[in-house]
Amino acid sequence: MAEKSDLPQGTLDLLILKVVALGPVHGYAIAQRLEQVSRGVVQVPQGSLYPALHRLENRGLLAADWEETESGREAKFYRLTRKGRTQLETEAASWQRLIDAVGLVLKLSEGGAE
Amino acid sequence: MNWWQRLLRRKKMEDQLEKELRFHLEQHASELIAQGLSPDEARRQARLALGGPEQVKENCRDARGTRWMEDLLQDFRYALRMLRKQPGFAAVALLTLALGSGATTVMFTVVNGVLLKPFHYGDPGGLVRLQEQTDWSTPQGNLWAFTYPNYLDCKRESRSLDMAAWSISGGTVSVPGPAEYIDGLEMSSELFSLLGVNVAPGRMFLPEEDRPGAPPVVILSHSFWQRHFAANPAAIGMRLVFDGKPYTIVGITPAGFRLDDNELDVFTPLGQNTSPRMQSRRAHRFGVWARLHSGTTLGQAQAELALVGRRLAQQFPDSNKGRTFIAEPLRPDVGDTRSTLWLLLGAVSLVLLIACANVASLLLARAVSRERELAIRVALGAGRGRLARQCLTESAVLGLSGGLLGVWIAAIGIRPFVAFWPGTLPRAEEVQLDWHVLLFALVISLWSSLLFGLAPALRTPVRELEQTLRAGARTVAGGSRRLHGAFVISEIALAVVLLVSAGLLGRTLLRLTSLDPGVNVHNVVTARTALSPATLANPARIRAAWEEILDRARRVPGVQAIAMLDTVPMREGNNTIGYDLTAAAAPEDKRPFVLANSVTPDYLEVAGIPLRRGRFINDQDRKGRESVAVIDDVMAQQAFPGQDPIGKHVWIGIGPDPVTVVGIVGHVRQWGLAADDQAQVRAQLYYPFAQVPDELLRRWSELMSIALRTGIDPLSVVEPLRREVRGVSDDQVLYEVHTMEQLAKDTIATQRFLLLLFAIFAGLALLLACIGIYGVLAYLTGQRVSEIGVRMALGATAGQVTRMVLRQSLGMIFVGVGVGILAALAAGRVLMHTVDGMQSNEPSTFIIMIPVLVFAALLASFGPARRASRIDPIRALRQD
Repeated sequence: MAEKSDLPQGTLDLLILKVVALGPVHGYAIAQRLEQVSRGVVQVPQGSLYPALHRLENRGLLAADWEETESGREAKFYRLTRKGRTQLETEAASWQRLIDAVGLVLKLSEGGAE
Repeated sequence: MNWWQRLLRRKKMEDQLEKELRFHLEQHASELIAQGLSPDEARRQARLALGGPEQVKENCRDARGTRWMEDLLQDFRYALRMLRKQPGFAAVALLTLALGSGATTVMFTVVNGVLLKPFHYGDPGGLVRLQEQTDWSTPQGNLWAFTYPNYLDCKRESRSLDMAAWSISGGTVSVPGPAEYIDGLEMSSELFSLLGVNVAPGRMFLPEEDRPGAPPVVILSHSFWQRHFAANPAAIGMRLVFDGKPYTIVGITPAGFRLDDNELDVFTPLGQNTSPRMQSRRAHRFGVWARLHSGTTLGQAQAELALVGRRLAQQFPDSNKGRTFIAEPLRPDVGDTRSTLWLLLGAVSLVLLIACANVASLLLARAVSRERELAIRVALGAGRGRLARQCLTESAVLGLSGGLLGVWIAAIGIRPFVAFWPGTLPRAEEVQLDWHVLLFALVISLWSSLLFGLAPALRTPVRELEQTLRAGARTVAGGSRRLHGAFVISEIALAVVLLVSAGLLGRTLLRLTSLDPGVNVHNVVTARTALSPATLANPARIRAAWEEILDRARRVPGVQAIAMLDTVPMREGNNTIGYDLTAAAAPEDKRPFVLANSVTPDYLEVAGIPLRRGRFINDQDRKGRESVAVIDDVMAQQAFPGQDPIGKHVWIGIGPDPVTVVGIVGHVRQWGLAADDQAQVRAQLYYPFAQVPDELLRRWSELMSIALRTGIDPLSVVEPLRREVRGVSDDQVLYEVHTMEQLAKDTIATQRFLLLLFAIFAGLALLLACIGIYGVLAYLTGQRVSEIGVRMALGATAGQVTRMVLRQSLGMIFVGVGVGILAALAAGRVLMHTVDGMQSNEPSTFIIMIPVLVFAALLASFGPARRASRIDPIRALRQD
């Protein structure tokens, strides 16, 4: 049974795509970076990170190569494919629209209280 | 990578997954060490953060998208391994399934060949059968064969149909070779092109050969060509003398050609026939087949034919009033074989169901004992769906292997089965294993896998894992007991249905064989006789030829008496005619019908029919004397209730005068032992062959048979008889030779055959049900060993334990029998509708058959019960 992520459904994929968009990166680094960038707010359950990576790879949004890390070890580096980049753009845009809309609704209720 | 590449590089993918996760863990751990944790603690925390590595891997594999294939292969291998590990279980399950699906596949192969396959003609979809239909009915219904003038009118006026007419004939071929009676077909020249039959070598009939006066030509069947001309192509153009007339051979049909189910030897152009029936609108003697023009529908053709019918009804009210023409898609005519076949397919399906129930309970027993194994798998991260899939794969492997064995059984069993069929199975040559059969076998194997695999699959453990793991062998499987009970109950119920059906058939057969056929069938032989074609032209010569045959036959050693008759009891073919008791004919739809039989005086003696009153036909009843007839009990009752029939007149339309009734004889079961009671026309009338009018004599002579009573084995007189009657020109032949005893036996051959098969099925069902009960009880008592141990420790005696187990089994048996009785009542009704001579559900059959089953079932329960009673309480309680 997959452990439930605290993130809203589908957000994990979006976040992964965004992190990978910055340049080829391995799984552990993705987890680290997500935690750092979100200042510890986003806790990615590591158990669901790898299935998500494999799913994205399977869908052709990510590609992977085995490369050496700075410390000289071999790791699986993920990078964004062209399809992945398009997907990231559309999902980011729709996420932004959702945020804006939710923000508007929240403001409206504050205004109503005044 | 494609999915199949991923599938093929499974090993590499697995390694990479392992490597990736290891990298993650080590990276995390080294970071934690850098933060000051001890290496052990760091590794522990890293593992905790990632979660169970096997579960993460499982989820990653799921994400790969090729899971189902991998799993299938894995499950498949696992299933094979499990079967190999338990050869006893595998053998019993496979044997059971192979029997069930083998029997079902054999029956389906027959059903497919006989009922489902279309005709082997070219483009059979566009072929239609035309018939005449009246708005009134005779005992034979309201559909009629065509008359030739009606056919010509329909053919001329139809814009949507190409038509061809045919009429089955027959006669003596005298050149080349010794004289032989053969089956022929008179046909329109278009018939072969209509059916897409290629005549080769040679050619089809030309349209100009299909007319009176055209040069006589004949097409031979492939087998006739092989028999008489050794398949020599030079036969084309040679001479064939058929019924005394020389024909030129113009073509050979392809091998295996049949018209509907008729295997014919020679084909002649119908249009050359000049007999009066070709002009009569009352001689309903012609089959008409047609092909729809492309672009027209059956509906258009039907509307068109109805229009022609209305016009002809106005133009020829005498013959065509209330008569129209109908078209229907041409389908093979298989008679009552249809219902027999569906009945048997139904019966074998029951056997298959029992086999499935049996395997299901075996699998269930195994599943319960594998509960711990499954629980461990769940604990290790297997999902419920995954386990259910694994169970179903195992069942499918079993089912498909069983199905494969079944196909093998069908492949070797189908020919013997067809040969074993009573009489001849229509379209027997079409009965073959083809892809329809293979598809059917595949579907029933998968379907039965689902049937017997579902219950074990659905009870894969998910909840109370700990309990299952801890409880181990001590589980008191309450739920599974109910499920097992259900399987045993359904097996018993199905066995009851088959046993009772077999019982009903057995009683029916007993009753039918004890029936008096109305004739003394012992030491009587009958044969059709084809007079020398040369004699047929002249009535006086015909009569003389028959006299000669009777005289010569009387001289054959062993012959006690000989007679001529036109309708042999219990043989195919009859002469049903309408009759009147007044000179004014009743309207056609109101006339009563009688089976008329023209005979010579010795027939009463030959057939051993009892004379009730008056006299039988004698030598004084000749041409020019008063026309006489003898009727049977049934006709006396039907036509003259409460009166004395002797001296009464009956108009039967043979000659202008009525016949005078001079005697009453016993009824003969003309339609067969089984079918006669329900026959539409049962009244019988005998009239002297000597009084058949001259103009009918030729036609009658084609139909007459001879019957001989012998003092010795009736078949031993046949060869001397053949030699005696060959005549001066050596071309008079006997054909369709049967003993009356065989004819009587053949009329209930279907019932005998059904009884045999049902008895086999019922025996099989009984055996399977007993194995099922034995297995389930053995398993259930095995589960209760510790419980029984406690009972015995508390003072239960061996007898009490035995009774407890038997009580459990009796409970299942009685519920099964109860359900079975209800189902058997329904099955009895089906049998009554499909089998001639079946009577209603006789309670005595139930009373006889059910104890058989209960006894066998109890016997099967006794083993497990006895074993339970011998449980050593101390060992039982210490166990586990």
